[in-house]
Amino acid sequence: MNLELAPLSTKWRVKSVNPDPSDEDRARHLEEIGFLRGEPVAVLARAFPGGDPMVVRIGLSTFALRRAEARCIEIEADTPSV
Amino acid sequence: MSNSPTAPANTVLVALVGNPNSGKTALFNLLTGGQQKVANYAGVTVERKEGLIRIHETHNLRVLDLPGIYSLIPRSQDERITCDVLQGRAWGEKKPDLLVCVLDATNLRRSLRLALTVKRIGIPCIVALNMSDLAAQRGLTIDADDLSNELGLPVVKTVAVKTKGDEDLRACLATESWKKTSISRPSNSPEPLEPIKEVEVDHLAVKKILRRLNLDHLIPDQFSDRLDGVLLHPYLGPCILAGVLFFIFQAVFSWAALPMDLIESSTTWLAEILRSSFPDTWWRSLLTDGLLAGLGGVIIFLPQILILFFFILLMEESGYLPRAAFLMDRLMGSVGLSGRSFIPLLSSFACAIPGIMSTRTIANERDRLITILIIPLMTCSARLPVYALLIGAFIPQRAVGGFELQGLVLFGLYLAGILGAMLVALALKLLTPSGRQTRPLMMELPTYHQPTVLSISLGLWQRVKIFIKRVGGIILLLTLLLWFLASYPIAPDGATKTAIEYSYAGWLGRGLQHIFEPIGFNWQISIALVPGLAAREVAVSALGTVYALSGDNTAALLTPILFNQWSLATGLSLLAWYVFAPQCMSTLVAIKRETGGWKIPLITGTYLFALSYLASFLTYRTAVFLGWG
Repeated sequence: MNLELAPLSTKWRVKSVNPDPSDEDRARHLEEIGFLRGEPVAVLARAFPGGDPMVVRIGLSTFALRRAEARCIEIEADTPSV
Repeated sequence: MSNSPTAPANTVLVALVGNPNSGKTALFNLLTGGQQKVANYAGVTVERKEGLIRIHETHNLRVLDLPGIYSLIPRSQDERITCDVLQGRAWGEKKPDLLVCVLDATNLRRSLRLALTVKRIGIPCIVALNMSDLAAQRGLTIDADDLSNELGLPVVKTVAVKTKGDEDLRACLATESWKKTSISRPSNSPEPLEPIKEVEVDHLAVKKILRRLNLDHLIPDQFSDRLDGVLLHPYLGPCILAGVLFFIFQAVFSWAALPMDLIESSTTWLAEILRSSFPDTWWRSLLTDGLLAGLGGVIIFLPQILILFFFILLMEESGYLPRAAFLMDRLMGSVGLSGRSFIPLLSSFACAIPGIMSTRTIANERDRLITILIIPLMTCSARLPVYALLIGAFIPQRAVGGFELQGLVLFGLYLAGILGAMLVALALKLLTPSGRQTRPLMMELPTYHQPTVLSISLGLWQRVKIFIKRVGGIILLLTLLLWFLASYPIAPDGATKTAIEYSYAGWLGRGLQHIFEPIGFNWQISIALVPGLAAREVAVSALGTVYALSGDNTAALLTPILFNQWSLATGLSLLAWYVFAPQCMSTLVAIKRETGGWKIPLITGTYLFALSYLASFLTYRTAVFLGWG
């Protein structure tokens, strides 16, 4: 499952950040602002209409991401941290 | 705060580096006590802030406030400057002798990662644990010594929003113990890791540090989260934003009216005094119609600039500005822009100058340029006197479907400007390769903070200085030039025509008449358009001069003349002209200032001229076809 589809305000963890063929730098950019494996992540809000962009909590930071950006982020259930 | 700080070139150069929103600039303000010099980095419009830290009477340090970064891979002009300065590659910049890495103590997860990256650069580095008071409030106890051991760098706690919140940092800077913190990469260390790997390695290192310091639990800012629940609510959020924007627009428009009237009446008053106390000579005219009019023309912008920037700084400092951009992103995205463009565009309804200056809040360079290109299409308040004159003369006062026709036409003119801007942005989105690709948003929404008086007043002061020093001078010069064109050569004795017809402006107007004839402009309009370049509303008084009118109520006297001597088609064509035409040098000068060259203002002027010519041509021809010629 990717972050674009995550229900509002549910807790997840970043599994991986997948490269986007249309924008080679996107995955690296996402990682640098904090979307790193194992980090806790949640969708806090979606803009109306269209749910684009969305407000995402990563770690302790909050970012506005476009849906296409959120789509690159694979998430997994929030299990106690390793 | 007025003197530019100066220091010998060999003074130690300290650079502040940190994540965006780490309170770096607030710390910079505190360290320098407002003693700072704001300029641009060579060749780019990235703001360069330098100041002095006073250690003792005779011992100063130079300090540079670098734009915030997330990593050493630059993605915007701002970030590129920071990376270049840190690596000693920035043109005309000395490599810093010492870095102060400013960390957000409430978000160590992220800022420690940057500290590790910065440490690798090899410049001596002090870590400033900023917002340590907020961290403590949230129950995070950070032991500076333990963190210092973990990082291998000196760590001090700072509170940038409190006086003396920088004491520990100052003490650390004074001891010069930092010179020993120089860490050069050990020669036997493995090859530098690939950046993509470094991120993950650093992340694991940060997690370990946080675990050892017992800080690896997440405590979000409850206040910010609750506020966001309302302000970013899908339905409530946009309504609140609309209210806020409406209020700001009203304020820029109406609060500025009184001071602007005052400025105008005092320049007229001064001019009257000068006229009555000196004989009618060329230098009296230069003093009153040239210099005084030019100075008045510069400071008339200040009230709107101050009010607009007061609100923008308030929104920026509090953290609301990026949220407003988030809420507007979808709408602006439909024409290929991002939410950040909205506020500059909105404020341009009052005046394009503060609008253009506020495009600095747009991070993406392409978005910023396009916003600047379409800003002159927003109907600024200087168009209103022209619109009022023409509508009063040519549009009958009658009701159409329950609405006043004159009001409907005015509304239509506003709408035409907005639609024109959207079409231009859309065309650029579809026709340029950079327009078709979606640019990343990835915009941080920082926790809310209470703005401080110091940073708001410093910010306002810097805007005013930028405007007066770099825009005002050129506006003044151009006004003087236009005065010269409209006054010389002087009309011969026994002249039968108005004086302006004998001047260079008159000649120019006569020449322009051939260009403007196809769109229905007579020679009177063509002449008035030349001095009207000083500001749009000047065209009204210039028309008065051409028709040999004088006195206070030029507009009222002009109305019947225009009605009787111009065709309806001409009137409508001039209205269409003013929707699009680049009839304002100050705007082009401001664009030159903000883009760092004449290329963009030339492009803007040319395309606006073409657009207005086309619009007037279509309007005139249609009107003539309908029998209104």
